[in-house]
Amino acid sequence: MKQSRRTIISGAASASTLMLTGFRVNAQPVSLDYPDDLNAALRKYTNGAPWKEHKVELDVAELVDNGNTVPATVTVQSAMTDSDHVKRIAIFNEKNPNRDVARFELTQDCGKAEVATRMRLATTQRLVAIAQMSDGSFCTKTIEVIVTLASCIEVD
Amino acid sequence: MASAIINMKRTAAAGEVLLIKALVAHPMETGLRPGADGKVLPTDLIRTFTCTFETAEKKSTVFSANLYAAIAANPYISFYFKASKSGKLTFTWVGDNGFNQSENVSLTVA
Repeated sequence: MKQSRRTIISGAASASTLMLTGFRVNAQPVSLDYPDDLNAALRKYTNGAPWKEHKVELDVAELVDNGNTVPATVTVQSAMTDSDHVKRIAIFNEKNPNRDVARFELTQDCGKAEVATRMRLATTQRLVAIAQMSDGSFCTKTIEVIVTLASCIEVD
Repeated sequence: MASAIINMKRTAAAGEVLLIKALVAHPMETGLRPGADGKVLPTDLIRTFTCTFETAEKKSTVFSANLYAAIAANPYISFYFKASKSGKLTFTWVGDNGFNQSENVSLTVA
């Protein structure tokens, strides 16, 4: 493989950010290898259809001080016209007692495919926002958040 | 009666996309959390939220949501609505123990 000076420099830069474990950079990809129960919850939501990691943004603070109320915003790239709009948006989590967070149903009357809510987070974990387009395809966004004070749901 | 707040513009230009913020007072008890006496408090959640838009000609659902235990107490939901004509927006929260709360907002499109 031919390497230009630019690729070598950017490769070295990302390697050095990996070494700085105390810092996280947005550009670092989050693992899309979900645990079985989260995978099952997503699969149930899509009715077995596949999904792709694109078009969706999930905006949550990377470092959460208080897991009891965490603002979360999902934005989906869509023109929101009659022929091309977002039908459903859902948020799933990895390590709360239940995988579900919220499910939203949108219509073309919404004008903009963006929803926000406040959620609970039991611990440091990944979150997945998934959107169903009017053509039936599913798009996702996976992020990882660090929670310092967990929501009070520590019951076994 | 719990209190609910709807924050949005009451007047809009035709075609304007409005941000609607909806907040309702509710504990969203998960059913996993022990109370002061050490016993687990029973589940008490808001399960659904619906926004409908009604004009003289028709009534349609604009936006709806299913909420779960991972939604924080006093559920806050914001979404957008494209104003096309004047009408009435109705916001309804339905939950456990017969919880049912509605708010109406009249929207004037100039």
